[in-house]
Amino acid sequence: MIQIQNVSKWYGNFQVLTDCSTHIAKGEVVVVCGPSGSGKSTLIKCVNGLEPVQQGKIIVNGTQVNDPATDLPKLRSHVGMVFQHFELFPHMSIIQNLAIGQTKVLGRSADEAHERGMKLLDRVGIKMHANKFPGELSGGQQQRVAIARALSMDPICMLFDEPTSALDPEMISEVLDVMVDLANEGMTMMVVTHEMGFARKVAHRVVFMDHGQIVEDAPKEDFFGKPHSDRAQQFLSKILNH
Amino acid sequence: MALNYKWNWGVFFETIPSGDVTYLTWILHGLGWTVAISLCAWVIALALGSIIGTLRTVPHRGIALIGHAWVEFFRNVPILLQLFIWFFVVPELLPRDLSMWVKQDMPAKEFITAVLALGLFTSARVAEQVRAGIQSLSRGQRSAGLALGFTQAQTYRYVLLPMAFRIIIPPLTSEFMNAFKNSGVAYAVGVWELVFVSRQMVEETGGQVIESLIVPTVLYIICSYAANLLMSVIERRSHVPGFIVAK
Repeated sequence: MIQIQNVSKWYGNFQVLTDCSTHIAKGEVVVVCGPSGSGKSTLIKCVNGLEPVQQGKIIVNGTQVNDPATDLPKLRSHVGMVFQHFELFPHMSIIQNLAIGQTKVLGRSADEAHERGMKLLDRVGIKMHANKFPGELSGGQQQRVAIARALSMDPICMLFDEPTSALDPEMISEVLDVMVDLANEGMTMMVVTHEMGFARKVAHRVVFMDHGQIVEDAPKEDFFGKPHSDRAQQFLSKILNH
Repeated sequence: MALNYKWNWGVFFETIPSGDVTYLTWILHGLGWTVAISLCAWVIALALGSIIGTLRTVPHRGIALIGHAWVEFFRNVPILLQLFIWFFVVPELLPRDLSMWVKQDMPAKEFITAVLALGLFTSARVAEQVRAGIQSLSRGQRSAGLALGFTQAQTYRYVLLPMAFRIIIPPLTSEFMNAFKNSGVAYAVGVWELVFVSRQMVEETGGQVIESLIVPTVLYIICSYAANLLMSVIERRSHVPGFIVAK
């Protein structure tokens, strides 16, 4: 579903990604982790072309993302993305947030978009807030709406860029619960996160990054059992200690 | 106050030397031109300023440069000088026939020139505010729009501009009020607006300086304040629940 082949990226002279390669099969859940500044958020933003890459290839569902001839809006419309800071549209009600993409991009009727939106809000437990505005919801609620908004486009895969990093501890589990359900339903997911509990529960593979490189790319059992690299061992011992 | 100043508020009901209307009618006529220039210029400024300000934030260097040049020209040259350029210089640069027509036959030439000059001058200032409004939004908003499958244009239309305009209502209000006050320069090319009429009145009434200037002053205050009120109604109507803007 997603293939990342020998991708390198620079900001000016500074190399942020070095020869990264990995792949995510249909129905697979891959967790990307690593220390701050390791390039994991940058990598996930390259997958739907929000960030350009200078070398290598990224292919999503058979379409090369970094080919100038690719219709990026069309490709992005069926790749869902969830951001660290939710990024709901503050001037639209919750239900409008879910309907706008469906009507303006997918060309669905207002009624159809509304109906589909309400179904998804029900699923993430926000139905009673449909007519409120993002600023009136808690962080956890906003992030669940953001997931529902991405799902409203009937995505073939979902990208999560540190979806719980900006949340109060109490709200993290309500968002993770939604993500676990999604994973169990067979959604293809690439998740940048430090939530190792989530990785243990639903990930198939774990990709560990450091200094813009993919240091480790292993099935979950191997990664948590005995990572090959020293750097990954250090990282795990630090974050699993508490 | 000088002891020998003779107040005469009745002067507004006297007829002007050259005709059969009163000075009051004359003043109200001037007010009409002031309002007409200001509103027409504001429409131009808002439309062009929104486009230019938006272009300055587009991720394309060439387009952003055009917007930059526009802003720097219209913002860095005094409005009075710009008015003279439009009135005296531009017609000379036109093709011969068009130039003759503009100079001799163009209807309402003074008014149109004043509207154009004030509209373009103000557009540069509006453009800067629109740009600042867009740039004040988090970068993630653009990403979220694009990630949903919007084109750049749709991202501006549905995501960035609706919030940017809400955020810049306070500075836009000042700019709208400035449009009224700056319209006074139109007297320099001979539009019979408030400043022109009041100067004319000072001369013709033989010394009723204070009355001749106070009434236009009050009218300017009323116009600017009306613009202010209108903008605060718009601000209240467009308020986003739960969204806090620094006051």
